[in-house]
Amino acid sequence: MAKHNDRKKISYPGLALFLVISAINTATADGTGKVVFEAQCQSCHDLTEKAPETLKQLWERKGPDLSSAGIKYKSAWLNEWLQNPTRIRPAGMFYGNHIKTGKKTDVVDPSGLVNHPRLSSEQASQVVEMLMTLKRNENLVTSGEYRPGSIPMMLGEMMFDKFKGCLACHQIEPGYGGLSGPEMYTAANRLQEDYLISFMRNPQSWEPKSIMPNKNLKETDLQKLVHYLRALSKEKFQ
Amino acid sequence: MNRSIMFCAALLLIPAAAANAETAADNYRTYCVQCHGLKGDGKGINVADMSTQPRDHTDAKEMSARTDQELFKVIKEGGQSINKSVLMPPWSSILTDEEIQDLVKHLHKLCKC
Repeated sequence: MAKHNDRKKISYPGLALFLVISAINTATADGTGKVVFEAQCQSCHDLTEKAPETLKQLWERKGPDLSSAGIKYKSAWLNEWLQNPTRIRPAGMFYGNHIKTGKKTDVVDPSGLVNHPRLSSEQASQVVEMLMTLKRNENLVTSGEYRPGSIPMMLGEMMFDKFKGCLACHQIEPGYGGLSGPEMYTAANRLQEDYLISFMRNPQSWEPKSIMPNKNLKETDLQKLVHYLRALSKEKFQ
Repeated sequence: MNRSIMFCAALLLIPAAAANAETAADNYRTYCVQCHGLKGDGKGINVADMSTQPRDHTDAKEMSARTDQELFKVIKEGGQSINKSVLMPPWSSILTDEEIQDLVKHLHKLCKC
């Protein structure tokens, strides 16, 4: 009897795996990013979703809003990341769902954190092609607003940390900085510069309940911070 | 007849108003806990590399030294508005004045003061 039960238990993951593989094969065979997206991504990323308007909606969200992907992400990074995903937000999508008290301070509770699925090269290309057509909130971004320039690394870090206090929530290298926001040492690899300017200028115009506050940054500071993020993204961290 | 129409209209307005109102406890969990901690003791997940440690909201002595006006101002306009740390950001882009007033009351509960 016990053996029979064990066999039944084993068969369910096997069946689930078969169904997932079938779904992926079907999606790939169809050849469109939309189909791959519906099979692989839609349970966490709802493209029709509006930005959370209540805290409950904010807490329940599983993945970032992709309805603006075409004006937010850099396609080359997105393609690579979907094939080799890493955690960008150390404490998950909403940090409040993944923390617990520790000995000295609160700590990230990794038990509920879910790893992002890995796509094949073909699937990643298909999904990226589809995502880059999505441009909700396009009116918030001014193309070419970021003017490439540079800032000494030390000055950029002082600005990010001492002058503007961004380090409170964001890491500027692995293991250094706040944990509730996304890591910043990859930000300029991931995100389009004009989007960075727009989001930092007014995070609530993108997401009314975002935990990123509006720091009332001056236009020159917005440009300098993006100079810094671009320099930071070129650093090689172990 | 007019009364019943007004009553129905009033009923329709109630859910909309309720949907917009966030409680102080929910706002605290969302925006404050990351630095001030699950217990409100200033030991949030972000504090390890901070040059200035966040206020311990359970410390009655420290918290009593601040007026409600100062607490309101520091939440709304950030630490620098009362010559404190830039690490405490201004929350006026997210929280309404009413929500900030509720948070000030919530702080009194945490410090029991």
